[in-house]
Amino acid sequence: MIEIKNISKHFGEKKILEDVSCTFEKGKVNLIIGQSGSGKTVLMKCSVGLFEVDKGAVFFDGRNFSDMSFIERKPIRQEIGMVFQGGALFDSQTVEQNVMFPLNMFTNQTYKEKLDRVNFCLNRVNLQNVNHLFPSEISGGMKKRVAIARAISMNPKYLFCDEPNSGLDPKTSIVIDNLIKEITEEFQTTTVINTHDMNSVTEIGEKIVFIYKGKKWWEGNYHDLKSADNQELNDFVFATKVMKHMKASL
Amino acid sequence: MKGLFVKPEKFKVYRRQVMHELNSIGVGAMGIVILTSVFMGAVITIQTVYNIVNPFVQLYVVGVVTRDSIIIEFAPTIIMLVLAGKVGSGIASEIGTMRVTEQIDALEIMGINSSGYLTLPKVVAAMIICPFVVLISMFAGIVGGWVAGEASGVIPSADYIKGIQDQFIPFNITFAMIKTVVFAYIITSVSSYHGFYTDGGALEVGQSSTKAVVMSSILILIFDYILTLLILA
Repeated sequence: MIEIKNISKHFGEKKILEDVSCTFEKGKVNLIIGQSGSGKTVLMKCSVGLFEVDKGAVFFDGRNFSDMSFIERKPIRQEIGMVFQGGALFDSQTVEQNVMFPLNMFTNQTYKEKLDRVNFCLNRVNLQNVNHLFPSEISGGMKKRVAIARAISMNPKYLFCDEPNSGLDPKTSIVIDNLIKEITEEFQTTTVINTHDMNSVTEIGEKIVFIYKGKKWWEGNYHDLKSADNQELNDFVFATKVMKHMKASL
Repeated sequence: MKGLFVKPEKFKVYRRQVMHELNSIGVGAMGIVILTSVFMGAVITIQTVYNIVNPFVQLYVVGVVTRDSIIIEFAPTIIMLVLAGKVGSGIASEIGTMRVTEQIDALEIMGINSSGYLTLPKVVAAMIICPFVVLISMFAGIVGGWVAGEASGVIPSADYIKGIQDQFIPFNITFAMIKTVVFAYIITSVSSYHGFYTDGGALEVGQSSTKAVVMSSILILIFDYILTLLILA
């Protein structure tokens, strides 16, 4: 479980997050939703330590991550897998080398063992025969899947995904969403997804945190969402015609 | 800079990176280094002959001047300025692109000391390979001067060869190597720094690359003066 306690973050004079507290549960897909610029990416980056918080703390299974030094954070970081918005695959490495990278850095496995693990992870994300291709030679959806394969290669306890569906067609988005949900259930990871894709919210949102103007505005699950009377939340979630229609039919 | 001196996560991976950088920095720059050195040597020889107006100065002095100019100044300083352009801009844009595409964030999430992982192999490789590059440059420059002198007929081969052997001071090579190692450190660390702190997109990557080359070049010139003052004066 990940606990966010009273986090605040400023960039210069600009207040990005203000006193945000929430928990992300183990074995569940936890979603952070909100408009562009609401602070959800900053919240995720504060959670994983890419940004230092000004106030508050992040706890990974009771361990205060925010108070730790770079060296002290290393063991927790090795329990974290992250899928970045653009994939963040290493351009100069093949798909196989990308997925094998954490194994090379942190394990003493033989090449055969590492290759088996890479192939297992690639199979898990439904990718075959792409080992020797470079990121520039594969599609956006495949890049996301390779990024997921890299993120799970070390058997992470915590999986963070920053807008995993951005730039993908609806069908591929569903594939990615389902994949993340399956991995979460299979490996019992604490999964946190940053998204403004309403399809993800309706399909896989087991726990939802709505961020509005840098504050936690609402927290609940998909069923609560349908009956929520929070104006800003409803304006955001049911903004499209499809969603409005769905709301009306409830 | 602090991250550069933190213990590497895995020496084997870093060693592989150093080998890759040795090839990229050294072998990759060899063409431009040899080309520049040959023409540099040729021009120094012809200009030195042109400037000797006193009939009492023997022609073999041209060889002495060409050799010492190339060894003490042109090979270590001018070639390292060329490398600042070629290698420095490459490093800054490579690391800058990694920054803006979140590849550096991906390294940090994994618990890897990103500044050490990306910078240390480049610094170590440059400090190892650049002295060899400069030695090759010295050789190419002296050969270039000889070929140009002979081809243009301004200095006979015998005089030139006598000149390059006359009053040779081995310490000049040591001095050149010291300068080269310092300049190699400047180029790689300054370029890595500018790449690492790139913020934005493609435009900013280009700006970082330019800043890296300009700053490296200025520092090379300043340290050239300081080292000459400290060691030779």
